[in-house]
Amino acid sequence: MNPDLTNPRADEIDAILKRIPFAQTLGMRCEVLGDEMTAILPYQEKLIGNVTIRALHGGAIASFLELTAMLQVFLVSDMPRPPKAINITIDYLRQGHAKDLYARAFVMKMGRRMASVRAEAWQENRADPVSAIVAHFMVAAD
Amino acid sequence: MNDKPKKEYDIAAIMNENINVMRDVVPWANETRFRVTKVDKGHVFGVQPWAEHLVGDPDTGVIHGGVITTFLDNLSGMACTAAMTQLRFVATIDLRIDYMRPAEKGRDIIGEAECYHLTRTVCFTRAWAYHETRDKLIATSQGTFAINKPRFGDGKART
Repeated sequence: MNPDLTNPRADEIDAILKRIPFAQTLGMRCEVLGDEMTAILPYQEKLIGNVTIRALHGGAIASFLELTAMLQVFLVSDMPRPPKAINITIDYLRQGHAKDLYARAFVMKMGRRMASVRAEAWQENRADPVSAIVAHFMVAAD
Repeated sequence: MNDKPKKEYDIAAIMNENINVMRDVVPWANETRFRVTKVDKGHVFGVQPWAEHLVGDPDTGVIHGGVITTFLDNLSGMACTAAMTQLRFVATIDLRIDYMRPAEKGRDIIGEAECYHLTRTVCFTRAWAYHETRDKLIATSQGTFAINKPRFGDGKART
């Protein structure tokens, strides 16, 4: 393995996901290369919000994006544990179809006390996001 | 355009009569296990019970923010439908959630949503999550919802 691609935090991401019951309920997992992480939410029937049009529930998508944003902050920081969310704003851009969902998060600002993060979820085409969130997290231990 | 005055319905009353059906048909709502407890015109109440599989912080047993987002999103959408005089369903355009304090382990969370303004195409909502009263909040939300055109049984919109 290319040593430039290994991140000592990467293994911790997997361990954190396994420890969070709600992440297990969603069934999400993450692939990490260096400081770049892709979160994957494999399709399951229980994630559906509208059975007539077979759309994923907005709450499930928002939960997945909030966890992705939280893990990205953890990945690029030296925090001992994942940060706490202050708020999230979610835009629902397109219908989430009954198939796998992917997400990536970008830390726009890592402050001493707060981090501001943007995350997007997509299905077939990354240029056509299903939803996007902006989230703020507390990163100070206080 | 159809200029004929449409018959008006008390949608909130119809929703109250079918209060359990509204959640039972939503798989993700069954997974998070919230209940709708009361529907008034443009105003919906619900309860989100604590459960192990919803925990977001294994050290404290606090349920994950995403559960509260799901809960308030769903109640807010129902508050929009409950504000109308024709049966219409809505889709979330955007939703902002502020987390004031963590919910306590093992306790029910009460949710309350209101649709405070309505146009022909868009609904505006506010919602609250708390244990006892709105004086001590766990989270609040503010959202906008698009009003969908009525659909046929095959899911296609009417023109």
